[in-house]
Amino acid sequence: MSIWEYANPVKFMRVSGAVLPWLVATAAICTTGGVAWGFLTPEDYRQGSTVKIVFLHVPAAMMAINIWVMMLVASLIWLIRRHHVSALAAKAAAPVGAVMTLIALATGAIWGQPMWGTWWEWDPRLTSFLILLLFYIGYIALWSSIEDADSAADLTGVLCLVGSVFALLSRYAVMFWNQGLHQGASLSVAEGERMSAVYRYPLYLSMLGFLLLFLALVLIRTRTEIRRRRLAALQAREMRG
Amino acid sequence: MSLLAVHDLAVARGGLRAVEGVSFTLQGGKALILRGPNGIGKTTLLRCVAGLQPPVAGRIEMAADAVAYAAHADGLKSALTVAENLRFWAQVFGGGDEDRALERMDLAALADRPALALSAGQKRRLGLARLLVSGRPLWVLDEPTVSLDAASVARFADMIRMHLSGGGAALMATHIDLGLDEAQVLDLTPYRATPGRVERPAGFNEAFA
Amino acid sequence: MLALLKRDLTLATRAGGGFGLAVAFFLILCALVPFGVGPDSEALRPIAPGILWVGALLSSLLSLDRIFALDHEDGSLDLLATAPIPLEGVVAVKALAHWITTGLPLVVAAPVFGLLLHLPGGAVSWLILSLLIGTPALSMLGAFGAGVTVGLRRGGLLLSLLVLPLYIPTLIFGTEVTRRGAEAGDPFTPMLFLGGITAGVLALVPFAAAAALRVNLR
Repeated sequence: MSIWEYANPVKFMRVSGAVLPWLVATAAICTTGGVAWGFLTPEDYRQGSTVKIVFLHVPAAMMAINIWVMMLVASLIWLIRRHHVSALAAKAAAPVGAVMTLIALATGAIWGQPMWGTWWEWDPRLTSFLILLLFYIGYIALWSSIEDADSAADLTGVLCLVGSVFALLSRYAVMFWNQGLHQGASLSVAEGERMSAVYRYPLYLSMLGFLLLFLALVLIRTRTEIRRRRLAALQAREMRG
Repeated sequence: MSLLAVHDLAVARGGLRAVEGVSFTLQGGKALILRGPNGIGKTTLLRCVAGLQPPVAGRIEMAADAVAYAAHADGLKSALTVAENLRFWAQVFGGGDEDRALERMDLAALADRPALALSAGQKRRLGLARLLVSGRPLWVLDEPTVSLDAASVARFADMIRMHLSGGGAALMATHIDLGLDEAQVLDLTPYRATPGRVERPAGFNEAFA
Repeated sequence: MLALLKRDLTLATRAGGGFGLAVAFFLILCALVPFGVGPDSEALRPIAPGILWVGALLSSLLSLDRIFALDHEDGSLDLLATAPIPLEGVVAVKALAHWITTGLPLVVAAPVFGLLLHLPGGAVSWLILSLLIGTPALSMLGAFGAGVTVGLRRGGLLLSLLVLPLYIPTLIFGTEVTRRGAEAGDPFTPMLFLGGITAGVLALVPFAAAAALRVNLR
């Protein structure tokens, strides 16, 4: 039995329907648990209580990028293997990714205000996320403006491919353009000064929660898309007589 | 030697199979007229043969660069003159005698007029003159006689006859009788696709049915 | 292919072709900026390279939807797709025609409009050079966007939304060349990046654009 069998809409609906309640429950527990635990951590000696926003900011930023990667993979699967569920999953993920990017940008602004004294700075990371948001918006807009589902899936797939290259290119261009004041990655192992365990574990939990939340949302949205396509298919068949 | 051989062809429109199991061959000197009710997929089948759309199943065998395609839109630029329009397509398709083509479609007197000034019938004739300069053996024509008057239809039928006698072939969808003795008729109605589960869905509308 | 280039250039220069509109728009844009930021030459000088580049970018955006839309409407695109030219070649020629009728006039006009914005004299040659290297990429990416949106009735706004984010790297390196030229810095590093992006775009994007066109033709 191959993994591709789950790309069959009927099988996908059955399996995802069984998994979904558990997934939603764990996602809710992990997300609220991670954020609440994070809120109860002691204040940082430099950043004070503002550091607590990290438990929203970092997971959202992580998901913002990972969701685009997931969309790229789903688009590639669609373009190469023509699994229809894959195209719908990419479509379903895009708004979630856009919202994650917005959360990352908004929490970043709220954090940046007391830390850097400004809501917005044209720092390479902030700018990269703004550009990523533009790519999400373009992708969603293209899906919603093409009526024919087959053309829409193909064209957004190609756009996702080209967009990925240019999102990456923009990131390096932006780094060339302005060296920023954003702090380094909080969890990277190479950093000498790492985040202490007090913050690290709630952050891990929160990240896991966001990941599960994304999976749950994507499954729900993909199921909705599949139902919508079934409806459209029935209507098309009826029209044809 | 057949110019076109179609084996077990299925084509899709709007994500659903329209016709399936269509097979025919077309020899040089012959014409095949597709018939069938509106929406059965005549246009789609012609676009598949012209290479504008991939078939869902089956094979289309023919020589490379054999098809000259003409549909409802004639691909004319209103800012260019009649002769310029035709010369462009002659150059793109690798040559052909424009003056003779204009003569044959009775457009020689209008050669220097901008295409903007042409009537609908004259535009159609110019669009068909493009077939002559394309120099291709297989003409794929979708409703070629739309907006032509009786005299022009007769001239068009003559043009087809000349093409066939020169060893060419024509595949067309048309509702009127051109009076072509060489033409066979293929009614697509029996090939209407039956809905149901399929191995390789043609589009979303079949994958989620 | 030469015939196609000749036809597109002829069409652009005949009545209704819209040749020169991009330069006129560029002029208006460059004239509007001082109204917005004030007439002070000290304020205008440092932002001149950026304004000129953004202006050139927006001006070249205007005529993008014409690259394929008109040919799609009158059926020429179907006929071109059955012609013995690969669709990738059609895309490349159409992007070239767009560049000649839009990008090249902008390159020529930019130094003149630079006078309006007090562009430093030392930066003029760098501005011309960076635009000359960068604008072909703009036309080619625009052709991709036009190919994606060709089947849509109101594709114009969507086209801008899709294409502008793709312009970001070219814009960044293009202005960087001009700015460093103005400040007597090292313009060669960004110039290499700018040239690299253009080369990559010219080599690869025609395939993506042709793929999009094929989807829209079926």
